[in-house]
Amino acid sequence: MTLRVDGISTGYGEVQVLYDLSIEARPGEILCLLGRNGAGKTTTLKAIMGLLPLTSGSISLDGQTISTLPAHEVPQQGIAYVPQGRRLFKELTVTENIEVGLMTRGKSAQTRERVLAMFPRLRERLNQRAETLSGGEQQMLATARALCLEPSVLLLDEPTEGLQPSMIALIADTVRAMRDEGQAIVLVEQRIEAVLSFADRVAFIENGHGREVVETFALRDDPSLLQKYVGI
Amino acid sequence: MDFGPHLILAILEGAVGASVLALTALGLSLVFGVMRVVNVAHGEFFMLGAVVAWFVASTLAGHPAVGFLAALVIAPLVAGVIAMVVDRIVLKQVEYDPEATIVGTIGVLYILQQSALMVYGPEARPVEPPFSHRIALPWVDWGENGFGFYFPWGLSTTSYKLFVIVAAIAILLTFWLVMSRTRIGLIMRATQLDRETALAFGIPVQRVYSMVFGFGAALAALAAVLIVPIQQAHYLMGHDPLLLSFIVVIIGGLGSVRGTVVAALLIGMSDGIISVFLSPTLSKIIATLLVALVLVFRPQGLYGKKMA
Repeated sequence: MTLRVDGISTGYGEVQVLYDLSIEARPGEILCLLGRNGAGKTTTLKAIMGLLPLTSGSISLDGQTISTLPAHEVPQQGIAYVPQGRRLFKELTVTENIEVGLMTRGKSAQTRERVLAMFPRLRERLNQRAETLSGGEQQMLATARALCLEPSVLLLDEPTEGLQPSMIALIADTVRAMRDEGQAIVLVEQRIEAVLSFADRVAFIENGHGREVVETFALRDDPSLLQKYVGI
Repeated sequence: MDFGPHLILAILEGAVGASVLALTALGLSLVFGVMRVVNVAHGEFFMLGAVVAWFVASTLAGHPAVGFLAALVIAPLVAGVIAMVVDRIVLKQVEYDPEATIVGTIGVLYILQQSALMVYGPEARPVEPPFSHRIALPWVDWGENGFGFYFPWGLSTTSYKLFVIVAAIAILLTFWLVMSRTRIGLIMRATQLDRETALAFGIPVQRVYSMVFGFGAALAALAAVLIVPIQQAHYLMGHDPLLLSFIVVIIGGLGSVRGTVVAALLIGMSDGIISVFLSPTLSKIIATLLVALVLVFRPQGLYGKKMA
């Protein structure tokens, strides 16, 4: 499904972070949000999840407005979120974290099996509390929990932060597999080489304003935009 | 009476107090744990439970057990529903702000208390226990024929007091099962751990808050129904349970079920024993001193986690 963010403005209380920002995530495509720290990338994802009140603009999924829904109904439309810093339910076990994901859209044991097949390491640790997992395993669990929604849109906020290369590769493979299944993927990622290797399009964000949206291959040939918005 | 039998008696009294305290404090702890709301009106929901129990018991004719059983169902329901209304019209309006909810629930405390005074009156009224057999307890001592059992005068309890202890244990176990084994328990724990992420996974946090607040009040009311055949219902009876619940929850660690139960046993038992042997005032002094010591040396409580 196509996720359209249409001219949204939002922020935290009195502090406005996003100004009239628009992006579009299409099915079967990885859209990467790129910008400096504090540009508003995480805020954009939170706004999509309905966690922040919009002061203007709207968000829609295949033409259906979702920005007027209460926050807990947004994921039920098929939007799954892997938050920054993973935000697992730390004192719950791996099983229970997955159970929360399954409950969101009432998915069955079949979904659970499918997700666990993607991350066999989690199957060995089902009764462990989430906080006792290694960083890589926690990221697997955060991703698995999101995939339990069988989402049509997947939002990932710095999923490879602080992970070792083998783990980064696993997460990247998973994200690509999801794209190939036809999910629309919105990714916040800081590491340029990762962006260039698997994003399809890149949307630049600067100080809360949406800037150029370009195909990734164009950036490989001409990195001047990277220089301009990220400083590399 | 000798020291031994006297001590047994004190322990029994303490155990009854501890049982009721554990239930009441658990309600307070649950509400704070999940909602981060310090419910100053918690004691009034306890009072409400006792007062409703009296109304129900005095309306229903027949065997006292009929009225008592009805009260056991109706009082927690009434308290729970009123709490849910309070959640909607007070707590939600101030967006669960930690300071505003304290002030808000202080207001609720007086509204409930004064409403009870107007409707129920200033009298203390008893509710008849559903059953109450005197049970004499044996004691072992060296007598004329060597060691032997005998029944010292005054060493007795009632079947109802034993029932209170058993009922409280059963309710605590049920609570634990609900929290750890059921879907609704999982939803409450997830909400407690991370409100925003819970929302992002489709958990209707607002509804969970309403339910938890109602559930917490219902636990207090349930505790009151159990104690009212022993203690009588009165519109000011909410003060002590509130104070003791706070003491228990601080010592046990806010939001920790295990800590709450352990601390309730500690405070309830010592309250019973010290009250019997020395004086009730001294037991309150000691409990408060304990809170001070816990706050100095282990601010997160016995089983609480350090705030990140």
